[in-house]
This record gives sequence, structure tokens and C-alpha cells, in this order.
Amino acid sequence: MWGDWTSWLGPEEWQAVRLSLRVSFWATLISLPPGIFIAYALARWSFPGKQVLNGIVHLPLILPPVVTGYLLLLAFGRRGPVGEWLEQWFGIVLSFRWTGAALAAAIMAFPLMVRAIRLAIEAVDPKLEAAASTLGASPAWVFSTITLPLILPGIIAGWILAFAKAMGEFGATITFVSNIPGQTQTIPSAIYALLQVPGGEDRAGRLVIVAVVIAMAALLLSELAARRVARRVAGR
Amino acid sequence: MTLQVSLRHRFDGFDLDVAFEAPPGVTVLFGPSGSGKSTVINAVAGLLRPDTGRIVADDWVLLDTDAGRVLPPHKRRLGYVFQEGRLFPHLSVRQNLLFGRWFAPRDARGESLDRVVELLGLGHLLDRRPGALSGGEKQRVAIGRALLAAPRLILADEPLAALDETRKAEILPYFERLRDEVAVPILYVSHASAEVARLATTVVALRAGKVAAVGPPGQVLGDVAAVGARGASSILTARVVAHHADGLTQLAAGEMPLWLPRIEAAPGKMVRVRIAAQDVILASEVPRGLSALNILSGTIAEIRRGQGPGVMVTLNIGAQRLSARITRRSAEAMGLSEGQTCHAVLKSVAVAPEDVGTGTGM
Repeated sequence: MWGDWTSWLGPEEWQAVRLSLRVSFWATLISLPPGIFIAYALARWSFPGKQVLNGIVHLPLILPPVVTGYLLLLAFGRRGPVGEWLEQWFGIVLSFRWTGAALAAAIMAFPLMVRAIRLAIEAVDPKLEAAASTLGASPAWVFSTITLPLILPGIIAGWILAFAKAMGEFGATITFVSNIPGQTQTIPSAIYALLQVPGGEDRAGRLVIVAVVIAMAALLLSELAARRVARRVAGR
Repeated sequence: MTLQVSLRHRFDGFDLDVAFEAPPGVTVLFGPSGSGKSTVINAVAGLLRPDTGRIVADDWVLLDTDAGRVLPPHKRRLGYVFQEGRLFPHLSVRQNLLFGRWFAPRDARGESLDRVVELLGLGHLLDRRPGALSGGEKQRVAIGRALLAAPRLILADEPLAALDETRKAEILPYFERLRDEVAVPILYVSHASAEVARLATTVVALRAGKVAAVGPPGQVLGDVAAVGARGASSILTARVVAHHADGLTQLAAGEMPLWLPRIEAAPGKMVRVRIAAQDVILASEVPRGLSALNILSGTIAEIRRGQGPGVMVTLNIGAQRLSARITRRSAEAMGLSEGQTCHAVLKSVAVAPEDVGTGTGM
């Protein structure tokens, strides 16, 4: 029976799981550097428009996902201003492709990532950074030798949380890139599609189990990582 | 190296306006809290940008607001010992110590790790994390970290203030060794006269954002205008003669014998002893039948009257000066006048261990 465990999920479901993993991986990887940068700016700098930036980052958290997806379609669709420009200059098409699903997932997961990293940065005493600068470290060195190592567990926590959120993204994805098996059909879209078909509950149920397991694992891992921030900052 | 500082800075409700020169050795910025000491040291470090000012170390300009030159902290080549240590929690003691070395210019002549570890007694701590150290150990590592950055100037902002008395007594000797054995000048912020007496080669007394007095510690600590009548004290330099079985140490301040509770210094060593002016009693004749062991004879150099009921009488004792704060009533009853011979009486136990420093730092 174990030799045949892959048949527990059908080929289409496997495709959805693989696609979800790929979409979430790239979505969170690409958004990590801007996530760290914006978290740092929000935690440490004061600049005009800070509250506006904070609001924009958090918007996807409170906006109906359908609205976010529709806005993405308007901007990044083939005839949208950004989408047209991307296609013309880089030959990149996002709409109805897995890359578009990754963009939707990245934007929906971004607030969670920024929040976790920002909390970690705020836990670092700026006096430590000042001490490092008096010892000869330039701002870039202070960031990479003091700030970054101290917030690393927070970055990992934020990344895991964002990954789980990306795995579960549905509304914005289906609005922006539709639900094309093999192209844009992630786990949530696949569950949704299966539930529309009579007799699809069994297959949908297995995908539901997969989704629950991934979400739980992500939550536990990010909790562990967050605890390491506290320990690191305390120096034990 | 001589450091020249002149600064003006305005906070809400507070004006700082200071100018002073710090010659080689230990310069202590001395004053009560709120007098602007930390502002000055942070401006020297580059962590605070004053409204206007100029800070020059020899011919090297750290700050000149008129010329628009403001060197960022990481280019100032300093070693800053903070009150709270500020060790990097994610690095081991060894990595903390070597942090500044990494950024120092290759040709900078600094102390070696081995020497600093030996000087500060850090050998058994090298592989620990800061979280596992006591307050005193943390401060020793912080001193070592500053020293290993091959600094041109060491800054210390009340490095003992967060420690209890025992720990203070543990750290002070290390600063004395730094002064006497390492050629780097030190700018040291403190509000404790005992630290001034033990460490300073020069004192800059600050009061309410202004320089009240600049000079050697004996002179500034005796200056009532600079330190207040209650804080006024003298510093005697004395040589350890012998330790006695009854727990006392015999010293010689010039020709005068001086008996103090046991001092941790070998016979022959020179020490500095801080004596608070209010602990000294004056007698016009050599007193007899007293429990006090120390009677130092000299001539009255100066009698200063202030607003209050007290007067400050300063004696020449050999080549040294000792001040006594007595009431105006006593001074008049005794008929004290300048040039007159007088005897200063001091209880041995009035001198606390923290008032005695090894080395003279001159």
C-alpha cells in the first residue's frame, strides 16, 4: 500500500500541490528583500508619508481579496499600464500565468511578512547599533553584522507566515489569473473546483487535509522562530 | 593627543555652552545629572549633532559646523564604553572584543587581544555569551572592546554607575591601569568625586550646561564654586610605607605619616587619597588624647568665606594642600588667619576604600 502512496492524491491534485508550493516559494522569496526594507523603514525612520506607506502595505489585509485581484487585473493585465509595459520591454506576461498567481500571493502575504519583521526590528535596541557605529562600522556594516543577525529569526517567522498565507490565497488569485489546471490552479482553487463537481468531495477532502497540515506546520515553525528572536536579543 | 571641544546646543529648557581642552591622560567631565556631561560626550562620539560646535583632536577635525564638516561616528576612530555595556548579544565575548578591530585601519597601532585579555582578566570568559556574564564582567568586556578598536580616544559615559559598590571597586583599578599602561587618552563622564579623585589627570566641572572649572583634580575638587560646599575635597598623594597587623596601612604624605584602613597596594607604591573637606577637623595647637590617628600640621594658605555658615580653610602641608570645611563661628573663635600654623585632624575610618586610588596618573 505504501508503495502506491502517491495515488492517495490524483495527478491533478498533485499538480495543484506542486503549483501551490512553487507559487508560494517564489512569491515569498521575491517579496523578502522589499519586505525587510519596508519593515526597517517603518520601524526606524520617520519620513513624510510614513502612515500612507503603512496603510498601503496593510491594505490587502483588509480589502476584499476580489477587489485586490481586480485591481491587479486592471494594472497588470495585458492591457493594463504596468502589464503592457512589462510585456513590451521584458516579454513578461502575468495574467493567466503561474507568475501572476505568485504576484497575487505575494501582495496578499506582504502585510503579514512586514509585520513580523517589523516587530523583530523594534525589539532590537538602537543603542546597540549606535555602539557598533562608534566602533567603526558603517551603516551598511551595522545592518549586516548587528541588526540582520538579531532579526534573522523574525525574518524566518515572517517568511513562514507569508508562505502559509500564500498557500491559502484564493480570492485575489482566482480573480486575477482564473483557475486553469496546471497553470493557475493552486490548492484552494482546486478544492473550489472539485466542490463544484458531483462526487468531488473525497478528492477535495484530501486536499483539505494537505492544506491543514501545511498551515499547522507553518504556524508552529514561525512560533519557534519568534521565540528565538527573544532569546537572541537577550543574549543567551 | 589634545582634544579641543567647543559646543553650543539647545534642548527644551536647557542651554549647553561649553568650551574646554583635554590634554593627554584622563579628562573627567564631572557634574551632577542634567549638567550636560552626556551631551558633550555624545557630541564627541558623533551620536548627537550639536547646533554649533567644533571638536578637534590634535589637527584632526571631527566636527566643525561652521565649515560644514561632520564626521559620522564610524569614521571618528573612537572606543566608547557605555554605562550599560551594550555588548552585542548574538556574539561571543571574543567576537565582541574583536568587533572594532575589523573596521580599524590595517596600519592602526592597537593593543593585541592577548594583552587586553590579560589586562582585563577576560581569559575564562572568551567563549561565553554576554547574557551569561555578571554586570562587572560585562563592563570589563566593554572596556576591552573599546580598547581593541585601536581608538585614538576612549570615551566612557559613567561606566560604573550601573554597578553596585563591590563591582565598582572591581572595575576602577582597570581604568587606572588603562591610564597608566595604555597611551590612549580617555574622556570620562562621572558624577562621583571618588572616581574623579582616583582617575582624573584633568577635571572639567560642568554645572547647568556651563564649564564651572577646569584643572587638576586636587584644584577642581576643592573649588566650592565648581563642586558645591558638600562635595569639596582634597587629594593627597602618599607613599605606602607598611601594612600593620591591626588592619591599618601606614603611608607617608610627604613628611607626614598617614594611617588609613588597609589599602591594597604594595609598600613603596604611590596612591591618591581623597579627603572630604567636611571630614577634616582643625586645631590651633597639637591636640592630645584624641582617638583620631592622623594629625597633619601645616600653615594656612587660604581662608574662603561663602554665603553660608561655613568657611573653607586650605592648609599647605609640605608641598600638598588639604582643605577643611569648618563653621565661620569656629574660625573666628580660633582666630584663624592666613600664614598661621594649624593642625588638621582626620579619622582614619573617614577615608573609604573607594577614595584611594593606585598610581598617580601624572
